[in-house]
Amino acid sequence: MMRAIYALFRRDVMLAIRMGGGPSLGLGFYLIAGTLAAIGLGPEPNLLARAAPGLIWVLALLACLLSLDRLFQADFEDGALDLLVAAPSSLSALVLAKIAAHWVTTGLPLILGTPALALLFNLPFDALVMEMITLGIGTPALSLIGAIGAALTIGVRRGGLLLSLLVLPLYVPVLIFGVAAVDASASGMATGAHLSLLAASSLIALVLAPIASAAALKLHLS
Amino acid sequence: MTSEIEISSEHMFDRHLMVRDLGCIRSGMRIFSSVGFSLAPADALLVSGPNGAGKSSLLRVLGGLIEPADGSISFAPIQGAQVPVPEASHLIGHLEAIKPGLSLFENLAFWIGLLGDVSANQVRARAKLALTAVNLAHLIDRPARFLSAGQKRRLALSRLVASPRALWLLDEPTLGLDTNSQQGLARLLAAHRAQGGIVIVTSHQPIDLPGARTLDLGHSP
Repeated sequence: MMRAIYALFRRDVMLAIRMGGGPSLGLGFYLIAGTLAAIGLGPEPNLLARAAPGLIWVLALLACLLSLDRLFQADFEDGALDLLVAAPSSLSALVLAKIAAHWVTTGLPLILGTPALALLFNLPFDALVMEMITLGIGTPALSLIGAIGAALTIGVRRGGLLLSLLVLPLYVPVLIFGVAAVDASASGMATGAHLSLLAASSLIALVLAPIASAAALKLHLS
Repeated sequence: MTSEIEISSEHMFDRHLMVRDLGCIRSGMRIFSSVGFSLAPADALLVSGPNGAGKSSLLRVLGGLIEPADGSISFAPIQGAQVPVPEASHLIGHLEAIKPGLSLFENLAFWIGLLGDVSANQVRARAKLALTAVNLAHLIDRPARFLSAGQKRRLALSRLVASPRALWLLDEPTLGLDTNSQQGLARLLAAHRAQGGIVIVTSHQPIDLPGARTLDLGHSP
């Protein structure tokens, strides 16, 4: 079982890196859209620093969505999904491996690219650290919740748009708690409660998303 | 494909496949009903029928991808415990599940790892053996995107050798294969049956399966 999960995780990371469209695409979008937002807001350092926590989070949500529609679609189109469903390991565990690979190739690069945006937005160092912590806790939830939408929309033409409509509303709690923690830290208040709630969102998604995605996938194949 | 491959002889399969009153409904439409047969080790079944008769659906039901609407499937030795069919079978359908960005070896290594019945240090040897069986060993480290349609089909078929399983469910396996490869496939099937394996094949082209039973799914609904 562990070998199957590792084999799938490895394959997905390898495919994401080799075929492009994985780490570089999401990160590139994140950085370019961030630059455009900074230019659009104008050269007012205080305004930029004030808008940064929320803007960076929204950009991370959108960058995460970019690669989500291919999460199961490619395997569905070439028949690999049949193999996953028929494999001896539980489908939920395999789905979790795919989600983990998605996070490593999408969420993780975003976190690592955040200091570049912080520089653009004149975000103080403490706020940058808190932004990266909240992204670290919150981006797994983005991949997890997104997987449910991706599983529901396989086989749908232009599923990417539908996927955004399905998934973005579900991202609201993650966004609220993530931004609230950064704001609280910037104004010198306690962040523990916000971080706990953010972590709770991720943990709930961790429990429910693999099961829900696996059920949606099975429904599509029958 | 070569016939000289030595398929390890320690795997002797002794399971019987019993299918009773199997029915399948997909998106509200009945595809087939009351299909029944029983196959002993080394038996082969050739499923025939016009397009849309439900041949592929039958294989997908047997392979555990679709829940049967009614009926039962049992796969067990004469005396012994039931085995879930998906864990003891290979289903090779129309889609080859080949990732063009990975090499032949990486594709096979993933399949072997996913099925999980070969230990990690044997994967390379096992993949080589499987690719030799379908005459692709010389391409082992080439990206799969350079394969022709027939070669892709052979790579998919190499999964049969890569991890030994008792029941082979093959949906139009000869599609796109040249004469040599078709003979190679026939030899693979014969070798598998010699070990007590069971083969269920759908095919519109004549396929060399001596002593195979036939199942006609009849007219399309």
